[in-house]
Amino acid sequence: MTAPQESRTAPGRTDDAAAAASWPLWEVFVRPRRGLAHVHVGSLHAADAATALHHARDLYTRRQEGVSIWVVPSAQITASSPDEKDAFFDPAADKIYRHPTFYQVPEGVPHL
Amino acid sequence: MYGNDFGVSDEPPGSDGLLQQVEAAEADLRAAADRTLSGSEGSYFDRVIAVDQRIEPRDEMPEGYRRTLIRQIAQHAHSEIIGMQPEANWITRAPSLKRKAILLAKVQDEAGHGLYLYSAAETLGVSREELVDRLLSGKQKYSSIFNYPTLTWADVGAIGWLVDGAAIVNQVALCRCSYGPYARAMIRICKEESFHQRQGFEILWVLSRGTPAQKQMAQDAVNRWWYPSLAMFGPPDSESTHSAQSMAWKIKRFSNDELRQKFVDMCVPQAEALGLTLPDPDLRWNEERGSYDFTPPDYRELMRVISGDGPCNRQRMEHRRRAHEEGAWVRAAAAAYAAKQRQRQRERERVAA
Repeated sequence: MTAPQESRTAPGRTDDAAAAASWPLWEVFVRPRRGLAHVHVGSLHAADAATALHHARDLYTRRQEGVSIWVVPSAQITASSPDEKDAFFDPAADKIYRHPTFYQVPEGVPHL
Repeated sequence: MYGNDFGVSDEPPGSDGLLQQVEAAEADLRAAADRTLSGSEGSYFDRVIAVDQRIEPRDEMPEGYRRTLIRQIAQHAHSEIIGMQPEANWITRAPSLKRKAILLAKVQDEAGHGLYLYSAAETLGVSREELVDRLLSGKQKYSSIFNYPTLTWADVGAIGWLVDGAAIVNQVALCRCSYGPYARAMIRICKEESFHQRQGFEILWVLSRGTPAQKQMAQDAVNRWWYPSLAMFGPPDSESTHSAQSMAWKIKRFSNDELRQKFVDMCVPQAEALGLTLPDPDLRWNEERGSYDFTPPDYRELMRVISGDGPCNRQRMEHRRRAHEEGAWVRAAAAAYAAKQRQRQRERERVAA
């Protein structure tokens, strides 16, 4: 089988070259053992999700560091902004009554 | 399992110490994260640095800090990538299947380390293509050590023991670097490097207990790699251009000369255990300093090799460029395949709609 003619033309090659030069970035999350959550371990470049998974296995689990891997396109992650950190997290700062230590418990009361 | 080699359990003195230092760095990282930033004086960046917390990718940071880190992390990544070549030279000629399997795993690790580091550099806003381009065009350097040839099998041992040993001393210190992604990559790398150093030590251990010719081969390799390894720590403090600022930013925690001394003090007892001599007639214990006095490496040679005139500079760069060019079709094919899959997905969605 020969490749379709149009993919051999110069413009096609240029597109391929451009795409090849910039494989998208993926963030990698690994579950170290059953019972633990997936944890972010780093990132890598790959053309698609399947190869991203293979690269992640080769790059981040060479020593049995995980039993499960997630890969997520970096562009798909929405992050809170560090500049607005104070305002963003402020609502939680003045609600100390959300912590059990806020409450005084009379001595000798069990199971509380 | 692979036959004609036998395992040796003797470990280089000091390896445990290094791993413990990595764990201590991790513990300090966690402790620092619990500290609250003091006062409101100075920039957010300065306050984070003051309490030993880590700067993360999206934090504000001085432009010089960003540039310094990009340069340092990129050079570090390039060194891992180029560093595969001297050892790969012996993969097909390893003396046994066991040694070959180990060496393959080690060289694969070096590629992995390069990729962790490129990822860390990219968090600072530089693209992978740009980094690759700066290496291939010679705009960014890599460690001078990889411009020396691996002439015998014992060189693989000497690289593991001395070159990886020097790298670990440097990198253990970088586990405390103020830039989060770099520090985390270093912690991961250090844990893996300790295997590299031990396998190198073990190769020399076996050779130094072999025939007189094998022992001589080990000694010859150590003779050739000792001074280039000392030079890996960079120019002396008196001539180091980036040091002071990097120390203030807590990118570096120790000076070049301090780390070099640490490395020498670590190697002397290990060389004694191996029954090999370090090629320095002036190497002796200095009671007063509690360290070994030693002959510094030839820094003019270091500068010459960095600027391109080492024994293997051209070969290393030519090989890297060729490998990159010859891999172009793989990158293009994977991208074309991904594009075709996306196209099919779109068509399926159209039909379904």
